[in-house]
Amino acid sequence: MIAGFSPTLPQGADYVRILPEIVLSVFGMIVMVLEPLIDEEKSQKVLGLIALAGTAGGVAASWFMAQSPGIAFWGMVQADGFSVFFHMLVIAIAGVVILSSYEYMAVQQIRAGEYYALILFGTVGVALMSSAVELVLIFIALEISSISSYVLAGFRRKEASSAESSLKYFLLGSFATAFFLYGVALMFGATGSTNIDRISAALRAGPLPMLAFVAVAFMFVGLGFKVAAAPFHVWTPDVYEGAPAPIVGFMSTAPKAAAFAVLLRILFVINVPGRIWLIWISAALSMTLGNIGALVQNNVKRLLAYSSIAHAGYLLVAFAAAPGLGTSAVMFYTAAYAAMNLGAFAIVSHFANSGERYVSLEDYEGLGRTSPFLAATLTIFLLSLIGIPMTGGFFAKFYVFSAAVKADLIWLTIIGVLNSGIGAYYYLRIIVVMYMREARKEVPVTPVPFALRLAVFLCLAATVYLGIFPGGTLQYAQDSAAQLVQQSLPGGPASAPLATIPPTY
Amino acid sequence: MSGDGFSTIILTLVTFLPLVSGVLLMLFPRRDRDIRIFALVISLLTFILSLHLPVHFQRSQTEFQYQIDRQWVTTPNIHYHMGVDGISLWLVVLTTFLTPLCVLISWTSIHERVKEFFILLLILETALIGVFTSLDLFLFYFFWEATLIPMALLIGIFGHERKVYAAVKFFMYTMIASVFMLAAILWLYAHTGSFDFVTIRDQIMRGAVPQFPAAAQWLFLGFFLAFAVKVPLFPFHTWLPDAHVEAPTAGSVLLAGVLLKMGTYGMLRFNLGLFPEQARHNAWWVMTLALIGIIYGALVAMVQPNMKKLIAYSSVSHLGFVVLGIFSFTQAGLNGAMFLMLAHGISTGGLFMLAGILHERRHTYEISEFGGLASPMPVYAASYLVIVLASAGLPLLNGFIGEFLVLSGAFQAKAVYGILAATGVIWSAVYLLWMYQRVFHGKVTHPINNSLADLSGFEKIAIWPCAAAALVMGVAPIMWLGAIDPAVKAALTPFAQVASRMVGR
Repeated sequence: MIAGFSPTLPQGADYVRILPEIVLSVFGMIVMVLEPLIDEEKSQKVLGLIALAGTAGGVAASWFMAQSPGIAFWGMVQADGFSVFFHMLVIAIAGVVILSSYEYMAVQQIRAGEYYALILFGTVGVALMSSAVELVLIFIALEISSISSYVLAGFRRKEASSAESSLKYFLLGSFATAFFLYGVALMFGATGSTNIDRISAALRAGPLPMLAFVAVAFMFVGLGFKVAAAPFHVWTPDVYEGAPAPIVGFMSTAPKAAAFAVLLRILFVINVPGRIWLIWISAALSMTLGNIGALVQNNVKRLLAYSSIAHAGYLLVAFAAAPGLGTSAVMFYTAAYAAMNLGAFAIVSHFANSGERYVSLEDYEGLGRTSPFLAATLTIFLLSLIGIPMTGGFFAKFYVFSAAVKADLIWLTIIGVLNSGIGAYYYLRIIVVMYMREARKEVPVTPVPFALRLAVFLCLAATVYLGIFPGGTLQYAQDSAAQLVQQSLPGGPASAPLATIPPTY
Repeated sequence: MSGDGFSTIILTLVTFLPLVSGVLLMLFPRRDRDIRIFALVISLLTFILSLHLPVHFQRSQTEFQYQIDRQWVTTPNIHYHMGVDGISLWLVVLTTFLTPLCVLISWTSIHERVKEFFILLLILETALIGVFTSLDLFLFYFFWEATLIPMALLIGIFGHERKVYAAVKFFMYTMIASVFMLAAILWLYAHTGSFDFVTIRDQIMRGAVPQFPAAAQWLFLGFFLAFAVKVPLFPFHTWLPDAHVEAPTAGSVLLAGVLLKMGTYGMLRFNLGLFPEQARHNAWWVMTLALIGIIYGALVAMVQPNMKKLIAYSSVSHLGFVVLGIFSFTQAGLNGAMFLMLAHGISTGGLFMLAGILHERRHTYEISEFGGLASPMPVYAASYLVIVLASAGLPLLNGFIGEFLVLSGAFQAKAVYGILAATGVIWSAVYLLWMYQRVFHGKVTHPINNSLADLSGFEKIAIWPCAAAALVMGVAPIMWLGAIDPAVKAALTPFAQVASRMVGR
């Protein structure tokens, strides 16, 4: 650690601490450079493989990052158990999305180059969000990931709905990030710093300025939009409906996980009292509105969009709990949710066929007969989304509510468990039409290609693994949560002299 | 008790053998005959293995036996803790006894999606046994929810006309009720740091749980609601007739035979075991509901034109007896409740099989479609008579012992309960015998019934064990009560303490 500010160049270790981002960016650029050089026929496969190799490299780089924990680049980035966890998670998500896009690209006639590159760049953004401890850097990372997602949402260029999705996402998203930036500026005004640890120290030192509350609320609005929490959720169904299905899988898991990581840092490390009510209301609203909205959907993508709002609500319940338990519950939940939701979207994207024609509930009728493999795996993902034992979703909900009860949030827990009961209904509807109704429409079922099979299998393995042996993952989450929470306590590392750029005002 | 190796793994073996075989069955080619034989062999093997439990059971001991206790997840503190006492022991055996019969009765009646059917049946068996053997509240909830999926799928895929409605209704009713139990379990964990039933019980008895007196009533209700819907206690019974009428025969048998007992078992184990004081305070309205259930169920059964619905409502009535016995807090009442659970499992299971046999031949359950069946189907009529008399509570058959004990317990508790409940015995004789008379006696009213085939070989092997068991249980109840009695005595000790404390005040 560098004592005080010294204009030294970054050390080697600094680069290791952002190695995953470097690796992903390099592979993203390789994809972009190679794209015009390879003829279009072949490029789908080759570029996909390169992008996949990029994510594999990213996971390996995260391992190296884990070996040298610490602060890098003058206190901008922090490599700890927490950030390594989210790095691994979002990069793995990107890998699975690339796998499940493999066939989708050919069917939808989408050019591969920018697509894969944007996924990789977007992943850089979300990965950086989870390790940045400087609000301005968090904002930049947020923008990197958002802009990639705006473009990716509009990738089905021939469809009006996709353009609508992209534009809507862009306009509302910019608005929301502006809120976040406003919050950062106010926080800087309140404490004179944009570094999370220094803010935390400054807030603990003196009486709490009113401005800090407002700042946290503004940042919550910006991030609440990203995670699709009510009342900032209205964009979700339209955007998810129009965007390409594998990208929806990506958008609903990776940026969400990263935004939750940022929220964890902001809410638990900065730890403004009174945050509970903000979260309480948003959590209760998200769960209820998400579930009620999903009850009446007929389009599977829209249904899953509402379900993702509801799940954001369950996740927020953990934020209202104690920092230690809450953080580990959130970490476990994001991982389990990523596995089951990605799996569901991988199947939806295969089944949608060219132009995404088959996404309504009627198209799923009789799928249990025509495609037993897809139906059985989708059923398991849906059961996990309901929260049935032996799936990751069960333990995820369980930890969240357990943390909430420990914090004596009985009413929020009751709203939560009731909601998960109601939520069972619409997931069940999909299972019902797949197994218990005869097909009324002629829906072509194409054979499942290897890449997609692999993607589905990975998600399935993760879902079942987290459902039967949750111990290892949870232990890891708890250890890194303990590290994170330490920072917010007096006498933790935060009170040690910090290596940061001195404020330049 | 956990001396030699076999007695620690026997419960694991019995519980998971069906599940493992079910998973293996997924890899089988779709040769229906082989699948049926495999399922039969496995379920018989499970039954034989489960016989180890009563044979080597130490009847004089009141602690849990064949215990196995291993850490599953460190934090939260979840154990893989299993064990049986005189109460759960027989319910395990009942489950393993009925499952092979279910396989036999489905031998010819299920001819589509045979593989899925037997996979679901075997998974269901594991979940049911798990409910009775778990001693860790988390594990218990895990199995409790796990029973929902295979049962709902059995109803929804293999049921009759309104199968989807019935399956979804069944699922939603029980799911929503059981989330309250989850909330209660989470509260207990948050305040005791353990999911272990024995640990929690001891802590509550010692008064070592903080805030327990304030929350106890709510906890009691949380558990009670989940169990009351499962039993089903009036007024939560409306899902039952629908589920039964639409379910395939094997589904009905396990639903009535075992699934409903999960509710009464839960009341006995958890409501009485953990909250004796609250159980006593709430007994008056629980018993009132049970009485209403007995009489209302019987009256509604009497006017049913549909044989399966009639049997379903008779279940409501009989399970009312069980609840009455449990909440009488007398040795006789609890013994009777336990015995009646087993007796009802066998006789109602038998009745549903017999109704299913008729449905297979005529595709209807309407009583008016039959008449004078005794002449074309003499063996069927004779078997039916034995089971009907067992269900109606004729001395020397199993129903009598249970009802008699429950009634004597109810009289000890309060004479008026006994008097009102006793009318239920009369009603049950009325509706059952009247139904028997309309179906079997007199002349054959519909010519088509003249050509009905009598019981086939498989059907005989499925029905006769039920009839034999009904007779043996009626003649030598001591074989069962010998193990039940000490366990019930142990379950009642806290009540003696509560009572003496009340007197001491």
